Amino acid sequence: MIETLRVGVARGLIEFRHTLTNAMDLWGYLFPSIGLLVTLFFMDDARVPGTDFSLGASTLPSSIGMLVAFGGLITIAQYLIVDREDGTLLRAKATPNGMNGYLIGKVVGVGGMTLASVLVVLVPGLFLVDGLAVDLGGTLTLLWLLPLAVVATVPIGAAIGSLFDNPRSFGLIMLPIFGVVAISGIFYPLSAMPGWLQGIGQLFPIYWLGLGMRSAFLPDSLAAVELGGSWRHLATFGVLAVWAIAGLALAPVLLRRMARRESGSAVAARRERALTSVVR
Amino acid sequence: MTLTPALEAGTEVPPAERVIDVRDLRMRYGAKDVLQGVTFAARRGQVLALLGPNGAGKTTTIEILEGFRVRSSGEVTVLGADPASAGEAWRARIGVVLQSWRDHGKWRVRELLGHLGAYYGRYSTEARVRPWPVDDLLDVVGLTASADKRVLRLSGGQRRRLDVAIGIVGRPDLLFLDEPTVGFDPEARRDFHDLVHRLTDVDDTTILLTTHDLDEAEKLADRILILSGGRIIADGSADELSRRVAGESEIRWTRDGQRFVHSAADPVPHLRELLQQYGDDIADLEVRRNSLEDTYMRLVHDFEGGPK
Repeated sequence: MIETLRVGVARGLIEFRHTLTNAMDLWGYLFPSIGLLVTLFFMDDARVPGTDFSLGASTLPSSIGMLVAFGGLITIAQYLIVDREDGTLLRAKATPNGMNGYLIGKVVGVGGMTLASVLVVLVPGLFLVDGLAVDLGGTLTLLWLLPLAVVATVPIGAAIGSLFDNPRSFGLIMLPIFGVVAISGIFYPLSAMPGWLQGIGQLFPIYWLGLGMRSAFLPDSLAAVELGGSWRHLATFGVLAVWAIAGLALAPVLLRRMARRESGSAVAARRERALTSVVR
Repeated sequence: MTLTPALEAGTEVPPAERVIDVRDLRMRYGAKDVLQGVTFAARRGQVLALLGPNGAGKTTTIEILEGFRVRSSGEVTVLGADPASAGEAWRARIGVVLQSWRDHGKWRVRELLGHLGAYYGRYSTEARVRPWPVDDLLDVVGLTASADKRVLRLSGGQRRRLDVAIGIVGRPDLLFLDEPTVGFDPEARRDFHDLVHRLTDVDDTTILLTTHDLDEAEKLADRILILSGGRIIADGSADELSRRVAGESEIRWTRDGQRFVHSAADPVPHLRELLQQYGDDIADLEVRRNSLEDTYMRLVHDFEGGPK
């Protein structure tokens, strides 16, 4: 197990390096971050409703929560789908302990890139907007929130990825995820939305990741504009833990099912389909 | 179809020496029977070639043996375990080269072989040191000059060499090769054949390969299995198979700069006549028994045409 962990981490670091040295990949990761920065810049003069606090400053931590969720949910799912099509997963299956090594590698590689894309937003963002501060309490919050964020999103992302076997149908799940972002209080406070949307938004982890990040970076006085008038740490922990448990229960079953179905002819059939759909 | 007793026992391979032991293997997809009672065995260090028309069940058979596909029924033992439930230590003793790999395009050749080899380290034994050292392996498959290239920059033939290298990086006891030399130029093919001989002679590796290249099967395989319609219709060495088919021999010669070709079931009377009549005027004389290709065509044709 330790050996697999070691090889898997090494794999993740190699893939991380490949991404950093590949302009296309890098752009794919950093484009959303740069887009966010531009948005934040123009939002700096707007105010959080009911306060004179900068909306841009409030959006910065929220969007970091969103980036973390994207890394865990979408990037992992995308990798699984693409790696199934090109035979990477089958290769892992043909190697002793290869599947575990592959998954550990993915978590490390995607984790590294997510951290990088967070830093790209955070560091310049701190200069662009005013009013952010991380105190001791905020640091402690990050210490439990970040690991929990990984455990609450990565297994769910892997489960989603294992359900699709065609990269071209992946757009189907991007749309609903953007829909969820819209009602998760990332770019506009959830408290300003109708009650039923608030209810739906709070079912998903993205709202809670955003809330947790705001609690770490924003002054405590801003908790007053949140739903329930507080940072609701207990509820944040609870909801994310439920997602983590659901993901950890679901992902191994779905991943095993997916792995079982991998074979040379399955990869060949997918390749055939990809070629014909390109021609068409 | 009734099986001969010899076939049922897997052609004279004592049970204790069987690296692969397949009995009455059946595979059914929905209402379609892809394999209907396949039986064969392979001995340590043997090279088996699986021939057959497209759709005969070659890939299905190999995928079941690799543990990538669950059979419908029958008994399958590979390296002493059932592939459907064997663990990672078993996996470490198996090498797989499949068709159509396109994976790890961003990796460099040396990097990828080093990484995949690392999974095998803990399964190293005194008799078989795993993994294969990367530089030696690169040399053996002829990729030393491309060691620092990215995988997606390799040519088709180089990519195929890499596939083979990955298949043997764990120094397997048993290697599966699914159409290994597709895309190879003649020189690469020759190199590959040398590699196969090296694997069986030096490492005592057992090899099961599928191919459409009958020449290759004849050169490499100790035994040839012909699969058609989900059954094994012939099992033996190339010589044994050609003796089973009463075919015609081909006689070629030149006389006065002119080429002649003649076919006969028994070439001897024709030859005697030819030499008596023209003596030393005959040049470039060649007599070819049934080639494996003729044998194969006859067997598959007879089987498909005849009653089942």
